[in-house]
Amino acid sequence: MERFGASFLVAAAVTFLLGFFLQGVMPVITLSTLATKTVEEVADPITPHFSQLASDYPEEFQRYFGEVSVASHAKALRIGRDAYIAEACFHCHSQFVRPVSNEDLRFGPVSKPEEYQNHMNLPHLFGTRRVGPDLIREAGVHSNDWHAAHLYAPRNVAPYSVMPSYPWFFDENKKPNEKGLALIAYLQWLGSWVDENGTITAPGSGGM
Amino acid sequence: MANGDSRALVNLDLIRWHLIASATFMMVSMLGGLAYAFQFNQLYPFPSIEWLSPGRVRMVHTNMAAYGFIANAFIAGLLFAIPRLTKKPIFSDQLGWMIFGAWQLTMVLTVIGQLAGYGQAIEWGETPSFVDPLVLVGLVLLVINMSVPIFRTEEPGLYVSLWYFLAAFGWTGLVYFMGNFLPEYWVPGTAGAAITGLFIHDLVGLFVTPIGWGLMYFFVPLLLRKPIWSHALSLIGFWGLAFFYPMQGVHHFLLSPIPMYAQYGAIVATIAVEIVVLTVIVNFFGTLHGRSEAIRGNLALRWFYTGMILYALTCLQCAFQVTLTFQKIIHFTDWVVAHAHMVMFGVFGFWIYGFFIEVWPRVVGRPWVSPRLLTLHYWMTMSALALMIVDLTAGGLVQGFLWRGLNHWGDSVIASMPFWWVRTLSGLIIISAQGLFIYALWATARQPSTEMTEAPVGASPATAGVGV
Repeated sequence: MERFGASFLVAAAVTFLLGFFLQGVMPVITLSTLATKTVEEVADPITPHFSQLASDYPEEFQRYFGEVSVASHAKALRIGRDAYIAEACFHCHSQFVRPVSNEDLRFGPVSKPEEYQNHMNLPHLFGTRRVGPDLIREAGVHSNDWHAAHLYAPRNVAPYSVMPSYPWFFDENKKPNEKGLALIAYLQWLGSWVDENGTITAPGSGGM
Repeated sequence: MANGDSRALVNLDLIRWHLIASATFMMVSMLGGLAYAFQFNQLYPFPSIEWLSPGRVRMVHTNMAAYGFIANAFIAGLLFAIPRLTKKPIFSDQLGWMIFGAWQLTMVLTVIGQLAGYGQAIEWGETPSFVDPLVLVGLVLLVINMSVPIFRTEEPGLYVSLWYFLAAFGWTGLVYFMGNFLPEYWVPGTAGAAITGLFIHDLVGLFVTPIGWGLMYFFVPLLLRKPIWSHALSLIGFWGLAFFYPMQGVHHFLLSPIPMYAQYGAIVATIAVEIVVLTVIVNFFGTLHGRSEAIRGNLALRWFYTGMILYALTCLQCAFQVTLTFQKIIHFTDWVVAHAHMVMFGVFGFWIYGFFIEVWPRVVGRPWVSPRLLTLHYWMTMSALALMIVDLTAGGLVQGFLWRGLNHWGDSVIASMPFWWVRTLSGLIIISAQGLFIYALWATARQPSTEMTEAPVGASPATAGVGV
């Protein structure tokens, strides 16, 4: 009797592992040829919008991030990514462009695995719902100022928007605080590795 | 009484408290969902409050539905069914209470953590990282507590329900560990997405589904007072589910950068499992055959079979929507939201209501205060959910085609507004119905005591006299 009962536990383990191998381990093996990059590696090169933030909000930038450098860029990317997760932005914005439904015309080149092979995607932020548009090609689409205004009160720049406002990303002078600056830096980093011809090189692997 | 054991076979107190916790977190989840729905009408009730930001509240909505509402009720179901099927009590009542306490503590920590901004970016696993080890320990203890009677039983064979329960025990810890730890700490990017997809799927397929079906195999024959129609179909259904369900994870990220062989594999397995599911549905409707008038008189059975019809619809829908043709349009839209509500609430939530209706009078030792109120609860909940499903499915198609047509993004948002209003309306009706249900639970427990605790399952004093 006991052995019969145990057989269901064994069957559960076996079927789980079979599925895990086919749907989890196999993709890991296939993609293991790609080099995994750290946040510091993908923070280089520094995006022009990050440097721009330093002149847009000099006092705040100085206070939270100091000088424009790869290290401060990496710090901003980390904090920005954490804010993106804390607010569950990934539940309303996806981060991959599919090869169908004219998505390449709307957002930009179709996503490739090497774009995600870095610690900024630990955990990944693919998303499964688009209440708002996809964000993986967001770099440079809007200005830093637009992002600041939009995060503060989305309906001021897009009256139809159903996005919440995030006043806690701003200080008492309505200038972006550490999280606000970091989130803008993060959004301006998303897709900064795609050049003007639409060629994708994995982030951190070349010049701008 | 179990042989030589002075304890009662079934710990009704423990079941009662798990049911109370389940009903409480159900309301937390639904209030969160309703508030979130108002955000889409540009009428969020708590704008600009950091701890009640809609994104954070959404995590509370889904996590409390899965781990607060469904898991608590399922633990109650296991506590009810396993000792009856094995004629042995659970391993330890003290351990049972410890698990109860630990589980509710995890739920509270999850809500606080998510509202404070410590949610984890794993869909359906947004429980904060610091809560995850606690959940895992709780799951292992639960498995020990519930497996021991199954291994100790002297019954001549294991009934179908116990196959499902044992398999779920084997799967759940593995699934939870895989989903909450691998993509968070070790597997970045695209491969991490494959594993997250597997977690989203396995949580529903290998935890909720087998326990749900195990409870159906337990309750339906008892309430109908006849055996399951076909043992062969039970076997096919179980082993088919066990084989095909765990290999479909990537279907949550179709047309993504995940290698196409994994995507095609997931699609084929998903379509295959639809055939398996049909055998289970056929088996249960074969069991009902000749006794279908029972649906009219017994509200628990009515919830069970309504859930099964929705299960059949969900799985049929799956077999189509998993194809790349459908994915082009429906992925990322409200279609998927409709699908998720149909399975998590329409199937498992409905089964839980049936379970409540059968079991609550036993654990409080009093008959339902008003069967008519319960009937009203059924019709309000069922029709409002049907409205939500039709509404969001249609809204999803509108969104998908507007996106493909390269309309301005704002056009798709504006076109969605009426659908989002109807969704809010259906949410309001569902919440009101649950308010009535909570009132019925409370009023039933408050009545003067009567002698009915020992009524056998299936005798249904609970719902006698329920009208259509």
